[in-house]
Amino acid sequence: MTEQPSGVIHDIGYRKYDGPRLGRARVTRALYAHSLRGAYGLGRSARAKVLPMLLLGVMALPAFIIAVITNVTSDITGGLPLPYSRYVMVTMPILAIFLAAQAPASLSRDLRFKTVPLYFSRPMERSDYVLAKYGALATAVFLLLTLPLLIMYVGALLAELPAGEQTGDLLLALLGAAVFAVVFAGIGLVIASLTPRRGFGVAAIITVLALSFAAVSALQGIIRYEVGDADLAGWLGLLSPATLVDGFQTWVLDASSSSVAPPPGAAGGVVYVLVTFAVIGACWALLNLRYRKVAVS
Amino acid sequence: MPVIQTEELTKRFPATTALDRLSIEVEPGVVGLVGANGAGKSTLIKILLGLSPATSGRASVFGLDVTEDGPQIRERVGYMPEHDCLPGDVSATEFVVHMARMSGLPPDAARERTADILRHVGLYEERYRPIGGYSTGMKQRVKLAQALVHDPEIVMLDEPTNGLDPVGRDDMLLLIRRIWAEFGITVLVTSHLLGELERISDHVVVIDGGTLLRSSSTSEFTRTSQTLLIEVSAEADAVAATLTSAGLTVKRDGAQLVLPLDDDEVYDLVRDAVAAEGVGLIRLEQGRHHISEIFGEDQGGVGR
Repeated sequence: MTEQPSGVIHDIGYRKYDGPRLGRARVTRALYAHSLRGAYGLGRSARAKVLPMLLLGVMALPAFIIAVITNVTSDITGGLPLPYSRYVMVTMPILAIFLAAQAPASLSRDLRFKTVPLYFSRPMERSDYVLAKYGALATAVFLLLTLPLLIMYVGALLAELPAGEQTGDLLLALLGAAVFAVVFAGIGLVIASLTPRRGFGVAAIITVLALSFAAVSALQGIIRYEVGDADLAGWLGLLSPATLVDGFQTWVLDASSSSVAPPPGAAGGVVYVLVTFAVIGACWALLNLRYRKVAVS
Repeated sequence: MPVIQTEELTKRFPATTALDRLSIEVEPGVVGLVGANGAGKSTLIKILLGLSPATSGRASVFGLDVTEDGPQIRERVGYMPEHDCLPGDVSATEFVVHMARMSGLPPDAARERTADILRHVGLYEERYRPIGGYSTGMKQRVKLAQALVHDPEIVMLDEPTNGLDPVGRDDMLLLIRRIWAEFGITVLVTSHLLGELERISDHVVVIDGGTLLRSSSTSEFTRTSQTLLIEVSAEADAVAATLTSAGLTVKRDGAQLVLPLDDDEVYDLVRDAVAAEGVGLIRLEQGRHHISEIFGEDQGGVGR
């Protein structure tokens, strides 16, 4: 008890933390915010900002041109040269590149640097991690799709197109964009979660999202116009994510189809809807399965 | 109350048995977990964190069951993995702040505690540079910082001295000792080197092949295991004879003499013996055991 402290004071000493500890839900939200910012390179190096910001610009440019054209030609045409709901399909390559770059940046990074065990040795559950990452990328994609639609909308209003009609079309297109975002983010993340190598992830995502669209569209064209079977061509649209969601919004949201062949009839429409939800569910399940098994060593 | 308790804890992998009915109790303090590579140290830590399920048996941390109360346990535990786990493209500050947030700290508290803890582990200006350019020693400090940033009640350090040079090793060991002595955080630290752990631990648990070899407080442990290594400039035999006549069991190891270090009086005896023979003392250091030596000695030491 009488022992004198023999050490020297080097610093102000260790301070205990007795402030609040936020629970799982808040931690998940923090990871969501961190990942969403990360998808646009915010809070990361300047180099990480270049590509997402460039893509955002490239995505918005055609919308800006459309808005200008609408204003110049509004007396003649009396409408937007391109409907809102077709914008995603027209800019599909940009969307594919964005996902190919940002899905691996979100997941493969943690796998490559083996940071995953640090998350799972903290209060969050594995499904919280998946939820935060999935939600963040889906939101990032949705924002990428929303910006050009808003530009077109502002252009349409400036051209004094009927506001009620434009607003209705925009909202339906935004709903479609949300489905695109969830489906595409899911597929991108499932692929990215399988490899710690960023390059593989990028190549695989481009292949699945963009090349499958090109291949399916070509095949649909051949079958519809050469073979003359419009129904079979319509069914083929289920095989690529882009034509699938396009079919979904054509049927559910009454959007103008960009595919070579829309879903065949009411039965086809229902199948498109079911498959769309099945794909989302499958992505969620596969990601959770993947992270239940992911090595923590 | 023990901080960590395991009962008949078993973990089987398809090819091997990593833990075989292991029962240990860990009291607050610095607890060294010693074993050769593959002895089951990392497996035990992963089970305690709820990262990996046990095949059978029970384990509890703070009296909470690891299979049922994983999230509550993980809120109060810090974990420093053995492997590299740091992204190379962010700075130590950004990384540790993020990890503090992931432990449930609000943004302001996360930043404040990150600055504090990085200073405590000895990272200053370099903390704003990307981690990719750090030395192994600095990386180990960042790994330690992320395990401490949320002020846990117990921190589990898996081979924290791995890959460090002797000076870095000593710094890290001192730091670990401070975590308990100054921060008041119980430490479970693993190593395959018994020598370095017995210097800083209050209690040492030795496991081999997933089974408990011995568990004892360091004082009683070192009584039987600590040795003093000396080397003299000449007349080694005469010095050995003098020490033997003073009641010590002296072993010759090449040019060096190995003595049991029962208490500090041994140092005085060495000093006297060297002075009496009038020779120079070239080396005087505590023997650092590799875990295998201890077991070799144990098997041979029948007369004890």
